[in-house]
Amino acid sequence: MLTINNIEVIYSDVILVLKGMSMRVPQGKITALLGSNGAGKTTTLKAISGLLKPEDGEVTDGAIEFMGKPIQNQDAADIVRQGIFQVMEGRRVFVHLTVEENLVAGGYTRKELNLSRDIEKVYEYFPRLKERRNQTAGHLSGGEQQMLAIGRALMAKPNLMMLDEPSLGLAPLLVREIFHIIKRINEESGTTILLVEQNANLALGIADEVYIMENGRIVLEGRPEDLRENADVREFYLGLTEVGQRKSYREVKHYKRRKRWLS
Amino acid sequence: MDLFIQLTLTGLTSGAILALAALGFVLIYKSSDVINFAQGEFLLIGAYVTYAMVGQLGLHWTIGMALTVLVSVGLGVLVERLVLRPMIGEPIISVIMVTIGLSSLLKAIASMIWGNTPQAFPPFIPSTPVKILGATIGQDRLWAIVVAFVLLGAFTFFFRRSREGIAMRAVADDQQAALSMGISVKKIFAWAWSIAAATAAIGGALVANIVGVGPELSHFGLRVFPVVILGGLDSIPGAIIGGLIIGLLEQYTGGYLGNGLNQVLPFVALIVILMIRPTGLFGQERIERV
Repeated sequence: MLTINNIEVIYSDVILVLKGMSMRVPQGKITALLGSNGAGKTTTLKAISGLLKPEDGEVTDGAIEFMGKPIQNQDAADIVRQGIFQVMEGRRVFVHLTVEENLVAGGYTRKELNLSRDIEKVYEYFPRLKERRNQTAGHLSGGEQQMLAIGRALMAKPNLMMLDEPSLGLAPLLVREIFHIIKRINEESGTTILLVEQNANLALGIADEVYIMENGRIVLEGRPEDLRENADVREFYLGLTEVGQRKSYREVKHYKRRKRWLS
Repeated sequence: MDLFIQLTLTGLTSGAILALAALGFVLIYKSSDVINFAQGEFLLIGAYVTYAMVGQLGLHWTIGMALTVLVSVGLGVLVERLVLRPMIGEPIISVIMVTIGLSSLLKAIASMIWGNTPQAFPPFIPSTPVKILGATIGQDRLWAIVVAFVLLGAFTFFFRRSREGIAMRAVADDQQAALSMGISVKKIFAWAWSIAAATAAIGGALVANIVGVGPELSHFGLRVFPVVILGGLDSIPGAIIGGLIIGLLEQYTGGYLGNGLNQVLPFVALIVILMIRPTGLFGQERIERV
């Protein structure tokens, strides 16, 4: 459905962030994109959704294709209209608007005049939002705000929903609830999902397809079952080493060497 | 008692018109953080264009008003496109300076076309006095109140219920997040400027109908500041209520304390408000979750 072919992204004409990044997001599946801080995950999402421009970033090489059409460097509004919706990192709800107004804003690009049925559908996924429909979004708890951010995305009825670290800053129990709902959205409405996470364990739990990013490019890809067995992934992303052994300095050096080798 | 009703009605008139002018000001500030010093000139241009349509071309006032609104919307879009869009990403203070320049420019254009002497406005609303509860008031003033309130009500509804209105408030809240849901920020800015120009123009026509049309109409713009500071720079209901309070305050001081003081008192109120409640009566305080 979405193909990223060898793209390069440069910020402010000098900072090269993505260096030949390629990945494919298959229709109807959950694809996870993992990687450490600064690997370029968010930049990848912004390159897809057209949000690079306001930050003075640009796709300078390669191609992004959605349903067979090139979409790189298009306006964000056009991309949303084609069915791609990015749920930004840190929730970014409109704090002075009520919950329901936030949802209406999410459905801005829809052609239908009456969105009440879609709003009800969001409330079905997130009953807690219904209780707070007339409350100012800024006064919601972090978990509720994340629900609202996802609900806003549902309002646009996207074919591809991109979630940027939905687990950020939430209690483990809430995170599980939200991931459960992401899975449900994927299964019930067939929405393709591209999930960016730092929490590898969680992402491996729900994804059908996993990509791992380092330094602006993909270094590993595969099915979650296979990656769980991969020694590097176990060590670098899941924090598992051979049981009971303490890490020595030598091993940390090895870690660094392996990391360099990986990228 | 008669004096009180008289003053109240006159106060409501100028208050409602002030609220119209303040509405556009708040809208621009809310969506783009720009303080528009040219708001008074929008009002001036609106009054002159109505004058040209109705007085000079002899059109029926309904057509004249409709055309004035169209011209103003065009003016708003033009200003946004030519003056403000190139300033995107520049420091906000430069943008504000640009609006000061814009105000001089618009004022100069108006006096180039229509001269500097005040003209009598072709009264499209009759000013025959009517008696209400013992007070006499011109019919034009009553109509000004009605028109202003209908418009303010319509806009309040627009911002609360319509998708475009909610999108405008969303842009004011978080531009990038609005962008991520397909709301075109440029389009919203153009909307804000055209609504500001249009409401100011209608306000201008209403004032001109009462006092005539001349360059000093732009001073009305200066009176918008106490209104928006009182109501809160970023609050639409604040603009409406602030407008009414300032309008009434001016009339009461003028009537009870003597003329001249009424020019000063709104600004005294402004200082007091800033001391007690810097965000204004209805201004948004930053929501912080702990």
